[in-house]
Amino acid sequence: MTERLAILKTYKLYIGGKFPRTESNRYYQVTSAKGKLLANASRGSRKDIRDAVVAARKAFSDWSGRSAFNRGQILYRAAEMLESHAQTFIDEIMAITGKTKKQAGDEVTASIDRLVWYAGWADKYMQLFSTVNPVATKYWNFTYPEPTGVVGIICPDEMPLLGMVSKVAPAVVSGNTCVVIASETNPLTPITFSEVIATSDFPGGVINIITGFKSELCGPLATHMDVNAIDYSGQDEKTISSLQEAAATNVKRVVIRRTPHGNDWLGDTSQSPYWIEPLVEMKTAWHPVGS
Amino acid sequence: MKKNSEAPHLEIVESRRLLFGDLWDYAPSPEKPVNLKKHYDLFIDGKFVPAKSGKTFSTINPATEESLAEVALADEADVDRAVKAARKAYQNVWSKMKPAERAKYIYRIARMIQEKARELCIIETMNGGKPIRESRDIDLPLVAAHFFFYAGWADKLDYAFAGRKARSIGVAGQIIPWNFPLLMAAWKIAPALATGNAVVLKPAETTPLTALHLAEIIQEADLPPGVVNIVTGDGGAGAAIVNHKDVDKIAFTGSTEVGKMIQKAIAGTKKKLTLELGGKAANIIFEDAPIDQAVEGIINGIYFNQGHVCCAGSRLLVQEGIVDVVTRKLWDRLRTLRVGNPLDKNTDIGAINSKMQLEKICSLVESGVDEGARMHQITCDLPERGFWFRPTFFTEVAQSHRIAQEEIFGPVLSMLTFRTPEEAIERANNTPYGLSAGVWTDKGSKIFKIASKLRAGVVWANTYNQFDPASPFGGYKESGFGREGGLHGLMPYVELI
Amino acid sequence: MFQTTIDHVGVEERAAKLGQRSIKAATKVQGIKLALSMIDLTTLEGKDSAGKVRAMCQKAKHPLPGNSEVPHVAAVCVYPNMITVAKQALAGTDINIAAVATGFPSGQYPLDIKLNDVRSAVNLGADEIDMVIDRGAFLSGHLSKVADEIALVKEACGAAHLKVILETAELETYDNIRKASWLSMEAGADFIKTSTGKLSQAATLPITLVMLEAIRDYWYETGKVIGMKPAGGIRTSKDAMKYLVLVKETLGDVWLTPHYFRFGASTLTNDLLMQLTKEMTGMYQSVDYFTVD
Repeated sequence: MTERLAILKTYKLYIGGKFPRTESNRYYQVTSAKGKLLANASRGSRKDIRDAVVAARKAFSDWSGRSAFNRGQILYRAAEMLESHAQTFIDEIMAITGKTKKQAGDEVTASIDRLVWYAGWADKYMQLFSTVNPVATKYWNFTYPEPTGVVGIICPDEMPLLGMVSKVAPAVVSGNTCVVIASETNPLTPITFSEVIATSDFPGGVINIITGFKSELCGPLATHMDVNAIDYSGQDEKTISSLQEAAATNVKRVVIRRTPHGNDWLGDTSQSPYWIEPLVEMKTAWHPVGS
Repeated sequence: MKKNSEAPHLEIVESRRLLFGDLWDYAPSPEKPVNLKKHYDLFIDGKFVPAKSGKTFSTINPATEESLAEVALADEADVDRAVKAARKAYQNVWSKMKPAERAKYIYRIARMIQEKARELCIIETMNGGKPIRESRDIDLPLVAAHFFFYAGWADKLDYAFAGRKARSIGVAGQIIPWNFPLLMAAWKIAPALATGNAVVLKPAETTPLTALHLAEIIQEADLPPGVVNIVTGDGGAGAAIVNHKDVDKIAFTGSTEVGKMIQKAIAGTKKKLTLELGGKAANIIFEDAPIDQAVEGIINGIYFNQGHVCCAGSRLLVQEGIVDVVTRKLWDRLRTLRVGNPLDKNTDIGAINSKMQLEKICSLVESGVDEGARMHQITCDLPERGFWFRPTFFTEVAQSHRIAQEEIFGPVLSMLTFRTPEEAIERANNTPYGLSAGVWTDKGSKIFKIASKLRAGVVWANTYNQFDPASPFGGYKESGFGREGGLHGLMPYVELI
Repeated sequence: MFQTTIDHVGVEERAAKLGQRSIKAATKVQGIKLALSMIDLTTLEGKDSAGKVRAMCQKAKHPLPGNSEVPHVAAVCVYPNMITVAKQALAGTDINIAAVATGFPSGQYPLDIKLNDVRSAVNLGADEIDMVIDRGAFLSGHLSKVADEIALVKEACGAAHLKVILETAELETYDNIRKASWLSMEAGADFIKTSTGKLSQAATLPITLVMLEAIRDYWYETGKVIGMKPAGGIRTSKDAMKYLVLVKETLGDVWLTPHYFRFGASTLTNDLLMQLTKEMTGMYQSVDYFTVD
């Protein structure tokens, strides 16, 4: 009896809650640590960025308008989904990166726990960052955060799952929607993670994932006039300065994180409400007091 | 219908009373009762155990007066076992656990409550008498949400208190009332667990069942034994918790009378205390209020949960220019309330929780009539058995009447009037209580002004009886101290170092 | 005149709560029959033809052929050109003919044309006139212009009943809807109606609740019983039952008849018939077994 031939997965993009092929129809090969061909990944183009931003903008009003409780529930649901598919991710990460089972397992469980951690922040970060301001005149004056809008996220190449979860969760928990440029060296795990997102009650368009070459994708995202913030993790100084410059076209908020790096991603220092804070706008309202 | 025929003769128009009849009436639509166990034991150290004395008490359905189950009656010895189990679990396991893992247990409990919500709300209604519509749409969603909310805090305490670290206290003794049995259990247990404390909880004597079903969930969630212990019984068990030497904190929700006794009893000990007690809230309606929504808010304020609500808007203050229109609309709205079988999905007003409570309501209503207030009471049919009281309101009430001063804790509203905002504030604050208040006006500046002058812990503007786990709740003055809910709800369960 | 503002959140919460009433068994059957008897079966399309209107009138007379327990609808609602066809088709029945007039659906025509539109419709045999208010005038604050126009249309109606369409989606706020309701009733409306059905947003529960409360308050003050007609967007039996609940618990039994409450609808009819058949047979139904007219 011959051995059964496996069905290979086609790794496409994740835009607007659907899995389209890249608009340009280009691909790049992803090989295992041992050099074996694993898959033809989508090599996204500027037009995919364009489509993803449209999808993210369209999703913004619904997502940001939901209750904090509901957003928290959905993030928690994503953690549940990831937990139930943990083995898939461990196998995939091991195959691509050559990490040990322990290392891959640590990355996956840290990712699950991080989703749970940020799920809890959904209805709490506001109590941390809001104030009632004792102005001297007869006004009630208060300040509270609102999501900034569409966030462009450029993930680190290392820790393809944990790096992405750590960046995306604090962005969307407050109501932002995002366009994510995934790890270039391991674009498969982020797309597998989009299957988790697609089954977690996230409305389509809240998280959009593009794989491909950062040299081609970062520019169109950073100059896009309908993107409100750029959030980068990595150590490439050339990319950093070009992002900073491009962001000025429409005064994007820029978040650059050179750290965490390496195994630091696993630790508690790579999660913080101060990762939520840079992607919200503070609004102050004045209201008269008197009868 | 005849073409161009005359409309039916409308006698009702002449007297200008809306006709709420049975032309098209709702057929019964009851939820099926849940099969309960015959006996319920105490939940101590992760196991269900009978009371040491072997004693039990019968718990009934107040809508039928039928016995639902026999429940273990805890005494001092059982409370001592529970406290010891809690102490052990606190020291050996719970206080040492990684906060993120603690969070996961609480999340599990929240999820299981969501999964079993239907069963729980039916039991809540069977045991407490509240309409299924409320236990289904209000109590149970809030119970699960409360656990979710505080689960998230468990590993975020470092961010909650600027410049300080939070440390758990130890064993919390918690005593809860019968008006929101499971919700009050959630309000007590969730923040205590999130902050790393162990719990001994005593449900009210008349409503022990949902807390014991919660105990089953806690067991199924694999919470380490002893972290949560639930002891059922009467005031004796409550007193045993209050007076137990190894309890570090008391959290009590109930009457002001008992609250004062507890405060006195623990004087001189190192126990921390929070009290959530009675109220006699003013619901203030200004002439420029959105009247129809205000009427709805009055209804929701006092007839929600048969008026068994500590923050009920039991004193209605209406500005004089709109007294007639409010009275008329209130009366017409009152007549559409459906009183009856709490398990029926169309019931608005269920059964009074106990015979004792019914007697208290009756005697206060009698005093209202005797003291000269004018009673308006609907004339609906009531079931033959069970404890019932028809929705009622009084007009021509004076500030000095007992019904304007004392907490009735039933579906009875007292309407008073005022002329100016200053007068409204003065009347609203003229009470030993200070739990909550309502303000109805279309003018924003007035809302902020009145809210700032009211001596009450919660002020609702153009709404009433809203609750959310993210929102702190608690009273001024004799309504108690400490807050439950929100970031502020962590404070009673931590020591800052 | 006593007036009040409306709190957006409060009125929507109240409507949602009423929408949760559990309608079962006999109540459902009776409610469906009641709803059927309250329908203004409507076709208002550029492509309406005599054939289409005749088919619809047949449905109006015998919604469920072969079942005499199912009541006929209250009225058919057509464009003025179709009044004669409908009149022939409905001869000998007591189903009313309602015609839209006054430059339906925009109302953006000179007054004399609107009045002629109404007179001609009445002359052709319309029993009821569904007029539209001048939303432009209303929103720019010319309330008396709107009221005067309604009064003149009422006069032109003669014996025909007047339904005043507010086109609530264009008025946007609940305060405006209450104001327009009141103004219409004072100016002579026999019915107030939510929508033309030509916009994607039409009748909703909270809008209907606001209008019912205005009707109640007008009745408190004057003793006049004004009718209500939500139109557009009510497609399922479940929805229809929610509207009946609103009427029952806001205005009471007097309004629970086709004299004072109508549904402006077309596709609702078949869903009511399907649900009625389901209640009678105990089996869920398929659209294939109900005529599309």
